[in-house]
Amino acid sequence: MTEAAATQPVFRAEGLTKVYGEGSTAEVRALDAVDLSLPEGELVVLLGPSGSGKSTLLNILGGLDHASGGRAWFRGTELTAMTDRQLTRYRRDHVGFVFQFYNLVPSLTARENVELVTDVATHPLPAEEALALVGLSARTDHFPAQMSGGEQQRVAIARAIAKRPGVLLCDEPTGALDSRTGTTVLAALDEVNARFGTTTLVITHNAGIRRMAHRVIRFQDGRVVEVSVNDTRVPAAEISW
Amino acid sequence: MVKLHALDRKLLRDVWRLRAQALAIALVLGCGVAIFLTAFGMVGALEATRAEYYAEQRFADIFASARRAPNALLGEMAEIDGVRAVEGRATGWAVLDLPGRAAAASGRILSLPPEGARINVPLLVEGRLPDPDADREVAVTARFAAASGLRPGDSFAAIVEGHRLELVITGAVRTPEFIYALPPGGLMPDDEGFAVIWMPERAAASALGLSGAFNDVALTLRRGADPAAVIEAVDRILSPWGGSGAHERDLQTSHAFIDAEISQLRSMAVVLPPVFFGIAAFLVNIVLGRIVALERAEIGLLKALGYRNREIAVHYLAMAGLIAVAGTLIGWGAGTWLARGMAGLYARFYDFPWLVRPEGWDSYAWSGLIGLAAASLGALRSALAAARLAPAVAMAPPAPPRFRRSIVDRAAERLNLSQPGMMVLRGLLRWPLRAAMTSLGLAFGVAILVASSFMTDALDRVIDIAFFRTFRQHATLALAGETPLGVTLDAAHLPGVLRAEPQYDLPVTLRHGHLSKRLALNARPPGGELMRVLDTSDRPVELPPEGMLISRQLADQLSLVVGDMVLVEPSERSGEGFEVPVAAVTGQYLGLGAYMDLDALSARLRQAPRVTSVSLALDPAALPEFRAATKQVPRLAFVIMLHEVRDSFRDTISENVGRNTLLFVTIAVLITVGVAYNGARIQLSERARELASLRILGFTRSEVSFVLLGETAVLALLAQPLGWAIGSGIAVLMVNGFDSDLYRVPLVLTPANFATASLVTLGATAAAALLVRRRVDRFDLVSVLKTRE
Repeated sequence: MTEAAATQPVFRAEGLTKVYGEGSTAEVRALDAVDLSLPEGELVVLLGPSGSGKSTLLNILGGLDHASGGRAWFRGTELTAMTDRQLTRYRRDHVGFVFQFYNLVPSLTARENVELVTDVATHPLPAEEALALVGLSARTDHFPAQMSGGEQQRVAIARAIAKRPGVLLCDEPTGALDSRTGTTVLAALDEVNARFGTTTLVITHNAGIRRMAHRVIRFQDGRVVEVSVNDTRVPAAEISW
Repeated sequence: MVKLHALDRKLLRDVWRLRAQALAIALVLGCGVAIFLTAFGMVGALEATRAEYYAEQRFADIFASARRAPNALLGEMAEIDGVRAVEGRATGWAVLDLPGRAAAASGRILSLPPEGARINVPLLVEGRLPDPDADREVAVTARFAAASGLRPGDSFAAIVEGHRLELVITGAVRTPEFIYALPPGGLMPDDEGFAVIWMPERAAASALGLSGAFNDVALTLRRGADPAAVIEAVDRILSPWGGSGAHERDLQTSHAFIDAEISQLRSMAVVLPPVFFGIAAFLVNIVLGRIVALERAEIGLLKALGYRNREIAVHYLAMAGLIAVAGTLIGWGAGTWLARGMAGLYARFYDFPWLVRPEGWDSYAWSGLIGLAAASLGALRSALAAARLAPAVAMAPPAPPRFRRSIVDRAAERLNLSQPGMMVLRGLLRWPLRAAMTSLGLAFGVAILVASSFMTDALDRVIDIAFFRTFRQHATLALAGETPLGVTLDAAHLPGVLRAEPQYDLPVTLRHGHLSKRLALNARPPGGELMRVLDTSDRPVELPPEGMLISRQLADQLSLVVGDMVLVEPSERSGEGFEVPVAAVTGQYLGLGAYMDLDALSARLRQAPRVTSVSLALDPAALPEFRAATKQVPRLAFVIMLHEVRDSFRDTISENVGRNTLLFVTIAVLITVGVAYNGARIQLSERARELASLRILGFTRSEVSFVLLGETAVLALLAQPLGWAIGSGIAVLMVNGFDSDLYRVPLVLTPANFATASLVTLGATAAAALLVRRRVDRFDLVSVLKTRE
């Protein structure tokens, strides 16, 4: 990452709030007036217990959900002012998602799952190239059911990066994987971040993962309680849990 | 080559994975498409073919007959406002003695003007028309010629007005007047036993004693002419000459039969397909609803990837679209096959110059569009729901359905229902609309069987009533004109005749208030054994010495009840009307009926009793002698051999019934399997985890199957009485739809009807349920529990 790229933050949030069950007694403040600024090109780890607001933040930054209050910007464009249609466009052009349960379409092969994205993206990577990047050249014609969890998650990463996204948002990408396979997935994320400079946000329960991040944001009860910058990053391969 | 998008490939694979369910739906949809295509296509084809044939052969608009009218009246009729052309004819009956045929055949003689017919023009099929100056040359209907093995140049004998004529055939023709060529007294066309014979005008007039006169007239009208006014004018001109009243095409026998067929087809096109389209739409709705529920995560993913709402909606609509395409193709195939079968039937019963087949693409296009619309309508709710799922929500598993204790639970506790029983009950109450629709769908399977099997019993009843209780004679001799009563004795002396009873048919108009009906009033002496009249409970009634018996249908049309006075106006004797009371109302299925005692009628007409036909009981052993003798009887118009009429009617009906039963059982099974299989598959999909958990808890396969299939069983049982009710309703509609002056179908619903319908549909339901049960047996318990809902 270079200092020059960091002149404009990729994401910025001011007083970002999300309330579920508004007005009722069961009101939950999933996100409570979060202020945030994330520079371009970093690998950011979001840490925190269940229900601390990490996923909610990721959903709003990824254009999957609307905020109840406050504002958020992607490279100077206000996300919180966008219509559903504009959010769809935003996701289509700029955001890559990786989910805990991979969310591959079971009736499509690895290549076809990636093509789901390349079919609609403007300047996509060829599906084969995206799969090669995550080390799955040999598995392109396999269906999800024929692959291991780690392989499936790497297909999901290939699918996320195939559109050459501006940001890569990963929600517990190793949550369903054992340590050894999880490492290969993290290595793939690291590789993408290093090679394309794609800003990558990784949500995790797993404190060990923070060692590979440029920046670590810790959540508690819908608030950001700590932001720390790693001076010395550890390669993904050396992380285990 | 077009490259398929990944989403399209997902679509194709999903549909392939669901192929059994998709096929079940496609078959139901296909039934609708096929029936719509056939009925709608055949209505169009029949109407178009008939219209074209009528136009080319200049079929008349108005028909009238008289006893004997001078040719000078034709000019007078041509002057009537709105009349384009007039043509008078000499017509009569002939008994035909055909080489190689034991029984006499009947012939309808029509005169052919010397300059050629300008109205009701016969269409030459083979040979030539007879020479206008020839005495013995005739043309005959092509179907008669073919059936009798006669060719131009062959000859046969005809007894006309008591004279035996040797006639030479010059050509074979067909005519729009006899597309449906019903022989006199017959219920169905009889190509071999009935001929229409065109004779040059001079020869015909001389044979029929009508020189310088006509007894039949046809008129064509100008565009915009008022038929009622023309009919009135024609009646005024012909009434002094024994005019029996002019009428439009609707009372022309051949035309009326085709009309009846068209209206039956039309009601079929209107009633049946919506049932299939409705059920198919419902099935698409529940199946797609389930798929969208199962694919929440995938929908969320697609949204996260940036797919638009429209693209997602289209994806799921396309799934229904593929099912619709499959159903439409199946329907087109089946419909084309059905239409071809019907074209074959029509070719047998109707004499059109070319095959009646739905040629146009419009019936295909319409049936396909409606099929597609039905499937899309069924898919719309789910497709929109998929598009509307918020992306973040779509990624999270759905909340478990909400169950609440209700009054039903308390009732169930009283019943001491087991826990699996409780699961079945709550399952039903969780989606009451879906349960109701499923039951309704199954009920339609039952209903279709009830409504179709009722026809068999109804026609059995018609045959029984008509041929064993009403027309009990073996033969009827129809006389050429009115004859003194003594002819009965002559007839009794024919070889093999055991009993002879006279009858007198008088064309009349019956009037009651502003209502009127034209028909033949039938009179006979009391104490008849052969021809009887039955009351509405099918018991024989004696003719009263005074008053009239009328059939219920006629009573309804004229709004008459017992005791009302009805005005009788003999058609051929103007100004001789009289009033008689309605003595009783009778039941009958064929035609309309009005009956009087012969002496009473003769007294009203101030004439000695006369006879127009004689009914005979025959000694079967003497049948050949009787047949030979009828070829020689003078003043005989035609002979009706009742048992032949009955046998051909019964054969045709049993053939049709066999075919229809097969068709409707297939349809009912398709509907039942379509609904039951899809219902059970969705149950399985929704309850897979629950059922696997039960298995792990130690429930046996059959206990688990009970939970799975109990719901289907309950719905199938509830569907039975509902299906009986709907089927009875459809039967009532059909009975009303078939009701015409030509015939009437009784409503016969027996417990056996209902039982058969229920057995077939419950069997089909059980088969569908067992198909799904096999999947329970193959459950991989561990993997079921591992999959994420």
